[in-house]
Amino acid sequence: MSQHASQARGHYFIPPPSLYPVILAGGLFFLALGFIQAINGYAAGRWVMLGGAAIIVYVLFGWFGKVIYESRSGAYRDWEDVSFRYGMVWFIASEVMFFAAFFGALFYLRVIAVPELGNMASAHGTSLWPEFAGTWPSSGPHGNPFTPMGAWGIPAINTSLLLSSGVTVTWAHWGLLAERRRQLVLGLAATVLLGMAFIGFQAYEYHHAYTELGLTMGAGAYGATFFMLTGFHGFHVTLGTIMLSVILLRSLNGHFDAQRHFAFEGVAWYWHFVDVVWLLLFVFVYWV
Amino acid sequence: MKTVFRPPHLLPLLPGFLPCSVLAAYNFTFPEPVTPIARETLHIHNEFMLIITTLFVVVFAIMIYSMIKHRKSVGHPAARFTGPRGALQWFWVAVPFAILLFIDFVLMGIPAVQAIFSMEDTKTRADLVLKVTGMQWKWQYEYPEAGVRFTSTLATPRQQIANGEAKGEHYLLEVDNPVVLPVGKKVRVLLTSLDVIHTWWVPQFGVKRDAIPGFLRETWLLIEQPGIYRGQCAELCGKDHGFMPVVVHAVPEAEYLAWLETKKSAAKAAAGGAERAWSKDELLAAGKEVYAKQCVACHQANGQGLPPAFPPLAGSTVVNTPLFGMDGKPAHDSHVDRVMNGKANTAMQAFRNTLSDVELAAVITYERNSFGNTRGDMVQPAQIKALR
Amino acid sequence: MSTTTTHPASDLHAYQPGGIMRWLTTTNHKDIGTLYLSFSLLMFFLGGAMILAVRAELFQPGLQLMQPEFFNQLIGIHALVMIFGALMPAATGFANWMLPLMLGAPDMALPRLNNWSFWLLPPAAFLLTLPFGLALFGIGDGALATGWTFYAPLSVQGGMGVDFAIFAVHILGISSIMGSINIIVTIFNMRAPGMTLMKMPLFAWGWLITAFMLIATLPVLAGAVTMLLTDRHFGTHFFAAAGGGDPILFQHLFWFFGHPEVYILLLPVWGLMPHVLSTFSRKPAYGHNAQVYSFIVIGLLSVVVWAHHFFTAGLPVPALIYFMFSTMAISLPLAVLFFCWIATMWKGAMSFETPMLFAVGFIVLFGIAGLTGLILADVAADAQYHHSYFVVAHFHYALFAGGIMGVMTGVYYWLPKWTGHMYSERLGKLHFWLTVVSFNLTFIPQFFLGLAGMPRRIPDYALQFAEFNAISTLGAFVLGFSQLLFAWNIWSCIRRGPRVENRAWEGATGLEWELSSPPPHHSWETQPVVK
Ligand code: HEA
Ligand code: HEA
Ligand code: HEC
Ligand code: CUA
Ligand SMILES: [Cu+2]
Repeated sequence: MSQHASQARGHYFIPPPSLYPVILAGGLFFLALGFIQAINGYAAGRWVMLGGAAIIVYVLFGWFGKVIYESRSGAYRDWEDVSFRYGMVWFIASEVMFFAAFFGALFYLRVIAVPELGNMASAHGTSLWPEFAGTWPSSGPHGNPFTPMGAWGIPAINTSLLLSSGVTVTWAHWGLLAERRRQLVLGLAATVLLGMAFIGFQAYEYHHAYTELGLTMGAGAYGATFFMLTGFHGFHVTLGTIMLSVILLRSLNGHFDAQRHFAFEGVAWYWHFVDVVWLLLFVFVYWV
Repeated sequence: MKTVFRPPHLLPLLPGFLPCSVLAAYNFTFPEPVTPIARETLHIHNEFMLIITTLFVVVFAIMIYSMIKHRKSVGHPAARFTGPRGALQWFWVAVPFAILLFIDFVLMGIPAVQAIFSMEDTKTRADLVLKVTGMQWKWQYEYPEAGVRFTSTLATPRQQIANGEAKGEHYLLEVDNPVVLPVGKKVRVLLTSLDVIHTWWVPQFGVKRDAIPGFLRETWLLIEQPGIYRGQCAELCGKDHGFMPVVVHAVPEAEYLAWLETKKSAAKAAAGGAERAWSKDELLAAGKEVYAKQCVACHQANGQGLPPAFPPLAGSTVVNTPLFGMDGKPAHDSHVDRVMNGKANTAMQAFRNTLSDVELAAVITYERNSFGNTRGDMVQPAQIKALR
Repeated sequence: MSTTTTHPASDLHAYQPGGIMRWLTTTNHKDIGTLYLSFSLLMFFLGGAMILAVRAELFQPGLQLMQPEFFNQLIGIHALVMIFGALMPAATGFANWMLPLMLGAPDMALPRLNNWSFWLLPPAAFLLTLPFGLALFGIGDGALATGWTFYAPLSVQGGMGVDFAIFAVHILGISSIMGSINIIVTIFNMRAPGMTLMKMPLFAWGWLITAFMLIATLPVLAGAVTMLLTDRHFGTHFFAAAGGGDPILFQHLFWFFGHPEVYILLLPVWGLMPHVLSTFSRKPAYGHNAQVYSFIVIGLLSVVVWAHHFFTAGLPVPALIYFMFSTMAISLPLAVLFFCWIATMWKGAMSFETPMLFAVGFIVLFGIAGLTGLILADVAADAQYHHSYFVVAHFHYALFAGGIMGVMTGVYYWLPKWTGHMYSERLGKLHFWLTVVSFNLTFIPQFFLGLAGMPRRIPDYALQFAEFNAISTLGAFVLGFSQLLFAWNIWSCIRRGPRVENRAWEGATGLEWELSSPPPHHSWETQPVVK
């Protein structure tokens, strides 16, 4: 695996025909179909969903397994490596825009919609929501009362957890670059643990919100944006943690070297992205 | 691959070249304007049509000239230039852009900005306020100062729509209760909706504004000539979106005031009815009428609905459970609750502000004793009144 | 340059299944391109058949063929099928086929992902149309009935069809994002040595900007429909005033995607136009760099003008003015493109084979679309145009005359390259003239209908609109059935068209014409060097 550096852009690796993509598409189809059935009250939907998910998991193992095999057998050299890097960057870009939609919703509701609902009486001479003040945080004119989530308890702890995890992956990366395998493994393991701690705290926070604060998905504009933003973020942390665990296992098995470790870097980028999103969440959802 | 290209081939393209405004007869442009806004928009439209037609003709005249002259079959040799060279050519490249900038931001932009300011000038000098509430699939009109309120639904018989009988002159553009407005007065129109977004549109007024549930929007009109003006809902709002017309009678002010008086006394009479006890037969008769106006669109004349979107009332559990709970109040999800408060996120709207006490009592009683439902009980207008 | 040496391929290359397995498992850009294009053609006929039913209903006043519920389902699904099923996959099919050939690459950069991008489409199309079938068995109340725009709260209130459409959009979105990533990576990483970005063919530039726009906007649509889903089923209040939400928020999110989407649909076509015009004018494309900059400017402007789709929703005055002027500003880069197209033809040695006819038809008719778009951008006049048939006519000039006719230009132009056979010019020209005439017959009356006050999305209309609707319906049927000629022409070209050479057109330039027709399996096994 070390002769690649010298190879020019002579031959680009074209993977052989593969059945995985079609199966994955089918798995997604059944996942979606089952979900639709389930939320519309068809009990069978749950099983269809489960089937779809099983197919997806199967493909992920197979497909990534194949990629790892190809990578190990030296099929990817510098040219291919650049492709993967660009690919990951633009994938993360699309994720950024996905979060942007929800941040956009938060800003819009907070800055435009809720004040407008509150001002309606004075602005238009006849009122639709006479009692509504239109101040943030709000669950709207007809919403249930709730207590918003403060910033300096669990969210602050979670911020420090994620920030430290950013440090630990970078430390692990240095270890890899310097061929210090122990540092690599320790750094990754620490990152995974920090990620899991984050998820644990967030689960606790959700429980607290639902049982004690009256803060639910149904708590109007605040509840909706709160849970969708933190929820999708938490989902991404979970994915990131799983991906990091895979990298950890592969590192334990002696994969990666100082020159070629795209998988490690891709996951690390992803992790940093999740980190940055969290900082925005911390500021705009919890703090200000 | 050798082709002979003869200009006559272009003939069929000609219809595409026919500019719309040149044929400025009826039907090829906006209907006759009767408000200042409509006159302004028509003026702007005509001006724009002229501009874009000119652009179109000039640009494509050049292209067609080239297509005729610079053909291989007439032996034109291909040039090789790939961009402007020299000051003169740059000049000729720059000119169209200067022209286009001028057109966009001066010729079209300035009148447009003026028009926007006048369109949005809703709050000054309004002589009266009309509140318009859209709901599936009718309009409610309210004159807040006079305390008058009524709904306006399509008057075209379903038979005409189903092609069972000949279509009348104002097919689909006629209603049972038109809005009446005085001419020469500035009317401030407030819009909202009970369920989904509707759009109130009367072409001859040049007014089109969305009615958004939970929010108020506004616009204004000043009708200059008496007459009957017709329009339609312009935002897809479900099944009967095509069947919720707007009809406005513009009349001289005196006539308008007289009309308002009759409406006021009618409203008073209706409110008075809530005090007395009604007999079941009275309620059933009144309820049948309300049902035919307000409920048939969804639940159908035979009470069978259009499942699964619109449930049947015949045999419905909501309709067939007791009206009042142990504590004498209507239970959540009871018949009274459903009709007065509707159900969120479904087409079942809240009728508490649309219908009077008598109408509510009547239609509920009617539903409980029709379509094969045999609850046999009834609800009095006074009971509804007590719930408000 | 045109000779390709077979590289000693690794043993992984040995597996080449035939039959159906070839198509299911392929990682070859040409196979995948063919899949995309075939799928697109199929969807074009499906979407067209739906709207022909609609046009038949609109032939006369009164309800003849269908109930309003079904009518509403047909128009929305027609639009989604045409846009996401016909037009976008056609453009992606072009990209798959042509980018490696034009850039001098062996294949797309991420071939397996490429296969996945395609195979996500059939399940999505199935999800979109399945509710029609389910309704026949009494399950649910049919497909999405809100129009293609999903406006809340109508879509919150709607039936199961909305959920199907939401997930269809999710899957289509994944497909497009993966496709875009692939295209960006291919363009950045797979160009032949010496081909700088500014030397890159305009088609690739058009697609590069398209791909960026897809990555920037499709996730926002995904977010919007996700909020819709949670509003429908999980109790959130993004779009309900009672909870502090706002229906207009949905419109902002939708059109943040929706407006760039119209350029996403057309940028690949604008990219291919200069190739065709230059080939048949036997003259290099005029203003290559100017066109590149225009693409970039269009891409940037496209994401800041979205609110011109809801001028009547009651936006504040400053917003109205801002969105009006920013929208109008798009006419400038587009004027550059028109200028360059015409200047490419100017003083050429033109001949008018079918692709050139379609290109000229495209320019003229898309000119109508653009100029009417310009006046739609005017807030005052839009109060009258908005949600009337005037808008319907505007966007069919853009989507059919711009999009579909642009795609047809590309198909006729590249078909010889793809298949190695020539289609029938006679049939092609017939197809062109029938299409142009019947297209105008269908949609010119709709301009007048809109001006006279006919709202869109209504299954039945007042008597004064009867004549124009009848003409429009006649036109639509001729238009629809003329397209059978197109399918037939492609079919017979593949089956028995005369063989063509590498450079199928006399005036064609570019790397793609140096490969054999059809090109070898791994297009540029050895990369050419561009000087
Ligand atoms: C591919 C599709 C496409 C394209 C390219 C466009 C292009 C444009 N569109 Fe269109 N539009 C749609 C598809 C498209 N549109 C659709 C689908 C809808 C309706 C959606 C729905 O509601 O369902 C819509 C609706 C729509 C509206 C909303 C109308 C309403 O609902 O009230 C508006 C308003 O501003 C608008 C404007 C424009 C503008 C300014 C352009 C500009 O990009 C046009 C720019 C082009 C030009 C200006 C022509 C260029 C110049 C010349 C011909 C020569 C002049 C030259 C010189 C001087 C040298 N469009
Ligand atoms: C790429 C996009 C695209 C394309 C190509 C088309 C193509 C066509 N469209 Fe479409 N249309 C839209 C995008 C498009 N449309 C959008 C976005 C809307 C808005 C929807 C909304 O309001 O939400 C719309 C709405 C729309 C309406 C308005 C409906 C309404 O508001 O009530 C109408 C009405 O005439 C219409 C007509 C047509 C016609 C006649 C064609 C013709 O070009 C079609 C040509 C016909 C064929 C290609 C059919 C060929 C089929 C056969 C010959 C039968 C054989 C059958 C089989 C083999 C299965 N369209
Ligand atoms: C715009 C459509 C529409 C109109 C008009 C309408 N309804 Fe409904 N109605 C519905 C829908 C949809 C439901 C089902 C709500 C749900 O999902 O529970 C419903 C449910 C009901 C129910 C409960 C039935 C059950 O079994 O769940 C009653 C009672 C009812 N409507 C009465 C009325 C009355 C009385 C009127 C007229 C004054 C009326 N409706 C007008 C759409 C409508
Ligand atoms: Cu109300 Cu359309
Ligand atoms: Cu737009």
